Amino acid sequence: MQRRELTIALAGNPNCGKTTLFNKLTGSRYHVGNYPGVTVEQKIGEVEFQEYRLKLIDLPGIYGLTAYSPDEVVARNVLLKEKIDVVINVVDATSLERGLNLTVQLKELGIPMVLALNMVDAAREIGLTVDCTKLSQCLHFPAVPVVGTKGDGFPGLLQAVIRAAEGNSEFNHIFYGAEIEKAINTVTLMISENLDVQYDWRIKESFLLRWLAVKLLESDRAVKAEINTLIQDGKLEEAVQKGFREVFRLLGKDPEAVIINQRYSAARKIFKGVVSENKWKRITVTEKIDKIILNKYFGLPIFFVIMWILFRLIFSLGGPFTNAIEWGFSSLSTLLITFLPEGLFRSILVDGIIGGVGGVITFLPNILLLFLGIALLESTGYMARAAFIMDRMMTKAGLHGKSFIPMLLGFGCSIPALMATRILENPRDRIVTMLVVPLMSCGARLPVYTLLAAAFFETDIAGSVVFSIYVAGMILAVIMAKVLRSSVVKGPSEPFIMELPPYRLPVMKSVLIQMINRAKMYLKKAGTVILLASIIIWFFFSFSFSGNKGLIQYYPAAPEKSIAGDIGHALEPVLTPLGLDWKSGVVLLSGLAAKEVVVSTMGTLYSIQDNTDLSSAQDGSTNGLTQRVREQSGLTPLTSYVFMLFVLIYIPCISTVAVFHQETGTWRWPLFLVGYTFALAWIVCFVVYRGGLFLFYS
Amino acid sequence: MSSLTLKQLSPGQKGIVIDVRGDGILRRRLLEMGLVPGSRVQVERYAPLGDPVEIRMQGYFLTLRKEEAGMVEVACKEEN
Repeated sequence: MQRRELTIALAGNPNCGKTTLFNKLTGSRYHVGNYPGVTVEQKIGEVEFQEYRLKLIDLPGIYGLTAYSPDEVVARNVLLKEKIDVVINVVDATSLERGLNLTVQLKELGIPMVLALNMVDAAREIGLTVDCTKLSQCLHFPAVPVVGTKGDGFPGLLQAVIRAAEGNSEFNHIFYGAEIEKAINTVTLMISENLDVQYDWRIKESFLLRWLAVKLLESDRAVKAEINTLIQDGKLEEAVQKGFREVFRLLGKDPEAVIINQRYSAARKIFKGVVSENKWKRITVTEKIDKIILNKYFGLPIFFVIMWILFRLIFSLGGPFTNAIEWGFSSLSTLLITFLPEGLFRSILVDGIIGGVGGVITFLPNILLLFLGIALLESTGYMARAAFIMDRMMTKAGLHGKSFIPMLLGFGCSIPALMATRILENPRDRIVTMLVVPLMSCGARLPVYTLLAAAFFETDIAGSVVFSIYVAGMILAVIMAKVLRSSVVKGPSEPFIMELPPYRLPVMKSVLIQMINRAKMYLKKAGTVILLASIIIWFFFSFSFSGNKGLIQYYPAAPEKSIAGDIGHALEPVLTPLGLDWKSGVVLLSGLAAKEVVVSTMGTLYSIQDNTDLSSAQDGSTNGLTQRVREQSGLTPLTSYVFMLFVLIYIPCISTVAVFHQETGTWRWPLFLVGYTFALAWIVCFVVYRGGLFLFYS
Repeated sequence: MSSLTLKQLSPGQKGIVIDVRGDGILRRRLLEMGLVPGSRVQVERYAPLGDPVEIRMQGYFLTLRKEEAGMVEVACKEEN
């Protein structure tokens, strides 16, 4: 049977339960992608209902249809430019009035609508009942009560959607008052005279023209820019300016303010007419919890405990799985080494491909748990509270309250940390946070510090030496955030106006689905880059320019003779001012694959005859290696400290760079990261080395 | 009744929004989140570090920095 296809968009405020409703409707069969160029997640699912196939698009949660946040731009573009048959406007019954403000704006687009009044059960609990029949009458389109978590009211909702798609929906505009209406009419006329094609907007022409006129009077920058490319004579601009002046002369306010106020009063009027209880809300569970969670004295300690649990969840619970995966890959390598003859093929398989794939999959348990943690924090409502608590501290560094979570995760691993920056909505805050996250010393760098600290410092101060590196990373992160925010990523900071949503029990199924979908994206996107880069690094370490013929030759297990060795030598002029030599260059180069590789490269470089300790070096029993590093590396306590600092700051591992690329969608920012961290590492190390020479050796 | 900004209210104090100052994104966001003239607000609490502030609206809670709260003019009854 041929089913008729309808495209349905789900629109609503953040926290209105839209995603839960979407998951429940689609039975969690949907795919996640990113909207091109932005980091807003796109979810599309399908529902079959009677003889229809409904394609559901879950728009990002929005409060309005301005073009200020990426979420709003995305939602608006989908509504305007894709052929949407029906909009399901999801409204949380417990904050109906604000929800209706969006409804009023959506209605202006002239797309058939159905209002899904969500969480009617929760509203009833706090003594609020909404008259849906009356609401439908006021809105001129159906309003259907639903409970998204349970699926109550879904057949009725879908039936209404189909009727809206097939029938003739009736629309009425908001009346913005005589003064504004006059200006709207003039501008509408002007646009219709000059705009001959419907361009790529897909909404009905009469609505489009009026909508564009309203937006121009609201000083909407995106609409202005787009219209200006279509209509170039100055008449339209003039008409808009004239409308502006008229409204200001008559009302003493600019049209923008009047329009917003009118929308709100329209929403309020509807609200007052349909709710039976309109009193100040009673004490709810949320308020009781917040009395403790946001308490002046307990708030911060509770926050730190929750962060500690999150950190432990991701890295400790993930640890055994990570180890198991590593064990699996090393067993596979051993197996291949035993059965395959030595040579190029075995090397590329074992060191290149398995190394690379292993590198990708090793992070998977941590990433799954990270997404689980974030989904839990978000769906329970704690995420917004965390931002509330930390905002003061983070603003001082030019960051946002929510930046704290990715930065904390950076101590475990930069990759989940970079992914966690998705919780930041403002792109500027997000980029700055991403750029400083790698300065938080990740777990893979610790073995390097412990090895060097043990080799060059007394046992009783080695711990403090390592700790000082961590502190240095944090201080640099704060300084760099400040510097970047006032130079490269300049711009007004996002106003911090946020809802503290009511606490809710997470719906485990949708939390898990979300986690798995996000992890899939990681594997697909970052995975390929990491694999490719691992093979390139393997190539540098396994091949050498042969002396006599100038050809590239397979030359395994001798870093000093490989291309990497040559690069190390080539880097020497850069490293000498820091008191480091070409060997450090080779070691640092290997660290690009993964920071912990630094330790094993040191093992190879400093033990030409005997490399039996290599594997044990990573387990912590570094005695043999410690001694060799002390004796053969040519480092002093000062230069070893400089080296540790360099490892802390310089170019993060390729996996981090790959994820940075995946998350930003460009190569511009990851390349900037590579450049700036290298420069910063050099400058800091130069200052410390020269300062150290002056203090201790002069 | 006296006119103040939202920033000047202490926890527990109620008021009615009279006007939202400033321009551009900031005012737009404040209005969009429901801080429109005529709406009732109550300061719930300040964050443990003194900023931002949490306010109660009709049916939901908002948080905003003091700087932004300073843009919202409110009328409130004098405390006895």
